Amino acid sequence: MEVRVANVRKEFERFPALHDVSLDIKSGELIALLGPSGSGKTTLLRLIAGLERPTRGKIFFGDEDASQKSIQERNVGFVFQHYALFRHMTVADNIGFGLKVRHGPSRPPAQEIRRRASELLDLVQLSGLEKRYPAQLSGGQRQRVALARAMAIEPKVLLLDEPFGALDAQVRRELRRWLREIHDRTGHTTVFVTHDQEEALELADRVVVMSQGRIEQVGTADDIYDTPNSPFVYGFIGESNALPVKVENGEIWLADRPIGLAAPHAPEGDATLYFRPHDVELLDGCSGCIAGTVAASRRVAGTRRVELEIGGQRQRVEIELPVGHPAAQKSRVAFRPGRWKLFPAA
Amino acid sequence: MADPEIKSYEPYHESRSAAVTESRPAQAVLMAIAFAFLGIFLLLPLIIVFHEALAKGIGAYTQALVEPDARSAIHLTLLVAAISVPLNVVFGISAAWAIAKFEFKGKAFLTTLIDLPFSVSPVISGLVYVLLFGAQGLLGGWLKMHGIQILFAVPGIVLATVFVTFPFVARELIPLMQEQGNGDEEAALSLGANGWQTFWYVTLPNIKWGLLYGVLLCNARAMGEFGAVSVVSGHIRGLTNTMPLHVEILYNEYNAVGAFAVASLLAGLALVTLVLKTLLEMRYGAELAATRGH
Repeated sequence: MEVRVANVRKEFERFPALHDVSLDIKSGELIALLGPSGSGKTTLLRLIAGLERPTRGKIFFGDEDASQKSIQERNVGFVFQHYALFRHMTVADNIGFGLKVRHGPSRPPAQEIRRRASELLDLVQLSGLEKRYPAQLSGGQRQRVALARAMAIEPKVLLLDEPFGALDAQVRRELRRWLREIHDRTGHTTVFVTHDQEEALELADRVVVMSQGRIEQVGTADDIYDTPNSPFVYGFIGESNALPVKVENGEIWLADRPIGLAAPHAPEGDATLYFRPHDVELLDGCSGCIAGTVAASRRVAGTRRVELEIGGQRQRVEIELPVGHPAAQKSRVAFRPGRWKLFPAA
Repeated sequence: MADPEIKSYEPYHESRSAAVTESRPAQAVLMAIAFAFLGIFLLLPLIIVFHEALAKGIGAYTQALVEPDARSAIHLTLLVAAISVPLNVVFGISAAWAIAKFEFKGKAFLTTLIDLPFSVSPVISGLVYVLLFGAQGLLGGWLKMHGIQILFAVPGIVLATVFVTFPFVARELIPLMQEQGNGDEEAALSLGANGWQTFWYVTLPNIKWGLLYGVLLCNARAMGEFGAVSVVSGHIRGLTNTMPLHVEILYNEYNAVGAFAVASLLAGLALVTLVLKTLLEMRYGAELAATRGH
């Protein structure tokens, strides 16, 4: 099922949580809403679900306008951050709940509901736990029961709010892989909310980066990481350096020296240069480069991070070198950013 | 797949260091004070009630309970409780739902209002009904014209009892529902349940022990209420006398056995309530712990 969010605005007591957000989600896609807290990602998810109504704008499921439909009519599977399992019901009753509350001929007989519940428990690899109560399960198991319960109603769209937020790191990684497998097998259009960029980049087909109630960028993990389109995305995803520079005659100048980067289409004047620490080209001599004195050097996993002080302003930037690279031993290093972007000075 | 993060939710036992442990004599004194106090002010009166009730033998005791006025008082008390407790269950759940589950203007005001009967003397709440429904009262003329008798009749007694008992259920449920939040209800709705199914299958089971606890306290108060009921009842023997009022009348007539016999029933109710309350607290505590386990 395709989902289209068209110019949606949402206010809570006149305080805007989302400004004019539009998003197309393709059928069968696994998409992540990524952003810091307060970015509106959970609000967007709840709007798609029908747990909230938009102040303005529309939400389409396929060609159908779902904006004014209730959550029951939308037929979405929602997995809550804290799972919201019914604590007085067994695992099987939790999973079967959505079928049990149906009316008339669409309600399967009790035996069929039990069979469906067992089937779904197999799918989430919890066979044999039908009679347990939620309090008797671990966090990871509850998470999987919550997913099975959401899938029991054969939803058009699967929505997950911080699905791994309450779990510890190891279980998290395991469940991440497992969710991807389930998605590939069942093919549900799936949207999940996370504040963990690693999770979003690793798991999702496309990532929606959000900040302050707006969508900053939508793209694959590669798009988002390699070509961020705003200072926010540069700062929020991965590591980045920001240097105050000047554009003159189509060239970028740092203080009084050109750094060998051409920016023919950039407006003249002050600007900020963004680049990633690992995306640099080391140089020997320096005619048209950025040069700095080594202030600190740290070993981080497979690479060496070198902190440089640049120019009279003692601006600090960080670059990444291969371990054992001779430059790391020097007191002065010259480089030029490989991939970079200019934004108007803040 | 193994889950390494299984947690246990065993209660945390705090071990006290030797430095803050009182000396044995100090412990003994503290305990003696507590027990002596409870003995004199609670246990002794209870024993006296049963002792006085049975002073002239078991025959006189049962006689005092089966005489028509006593039976009428017991009957009326049960009737009043049977009406006011369900009313307060409905009110308590609605008020708790409104306060805990959504935002609206005047919420703080409603919360304060619910506590009003606790801060107002019951006699005054009775008096308010007299001023409202009495012959000279605000609605007195209108009621008389339509031949409706509220004061000095069962409706007045029920109204006064509902007034003094309405905080019990609501106050029990509000913190419970606030703690539980909206998550379970949203989950039920997202799975296609309608409002009624959500209430019946999800909300009610989540609050059942708290509700029962509130009902128990509400019932004990409804049967034992004296002040407010005394003002509106008119003390008509065999008609508008509840058990507490009947005890007073008998006692004023120097019928000690009769008074204490009826009083022993109320004391019995108190004891049963206490036992049930303790059992519920044990059960309810476990339930709350399970809630926190989520």
